[in-house]
Amino acid sequence: MNLRRDVFQAIADPTRRAILLLLATQSMTAGVIASNFDTARPTVSKHLQILTACELLKQEQQGREIYYHLNADKMKEIADFIEPFRKLWDDRFNKLESLMKNYKST
Amino acid sequence: MEKKTKIDAIDGKQEIVITREFELPLNLLFKAHIEPELVEQWMGNKVLKMESKPHGSYQFETKDAQGNILFRANGVIHELVPNTRITRTFEMENTPFPVQLEFLEFTELADDRSKLTMHVIYKSVEDRDMILQMPFAAGINMAHNQLEKIMGELI
Repeated sequence: MNLRRDVFQAIADPTRRAILLLLATQSMTAGVIASNFDTARPTVSKHLQILTACELLKQEQQGREIYYHLNADKMKEIADFIEPFRKLWDDRFNKLESLMKNYKST
Repeated sequence: MEKKTKIDAIDGKQEIVITREFELPLNLLFKAHIEPELVEQWMGNKVLKMESKPHGSYQFETKDAQGNILFRANGVIHELVPNTRITRTFEMENTPFPVQLEFLEFTELADDRSKLTMHVIYKSVEDRDMILQMPFAAGINMAHNQLEKIMGELI
């Protein structure tokens, strides 16, 4: 199984990215997570399943509730976890460069 | 592909250094950072406010096609020395991420080449790692299709 590929596919979805962001600093139940989205609750559950399956989220039983929290170690384990961040800036700077080259010539 | 933009992130430190060399004269590289209509074009978000002077402030925003606000960020400029340096804060609104401090140094390499060094200090090592792990937190300010394109390249 190509775990790296699975993880990046998991975060390619905007709702799943929003879920990870939401859980960045605190754990939440599925119900609370779903209340943050307009999406139907079963759809959010499906997203939670996928994120849990590729270990980006961990489940923790607290009394009768199941809390989801971010598995930061797993995200860090993904080979070269800085690369997407670098790419974001590289893309911006490429744009800056071509923008200002045109600016120079006008 | 050559990696033009370099990121140094030493494990266990609450800072990163982003460096990039441009095939541009120093004054144009600097200009692209202080004029709102230029910043908008390469940062990929709307500039609501940008006072490029010491004690000035700035605010970025991105809305989706329906007009919902997807992203808002703001900061204060502490120091601005033309063609040399900008020191500013950056904070994403309505996110769990604390404000960060950014030191931008602009260096001339040749008549038509210049370098930007961006030194970013985070509140803690954990905050830094979280933001690095979730580029889409910073990337929410980009149009969705653009973000998809970048994320798509990772697959």
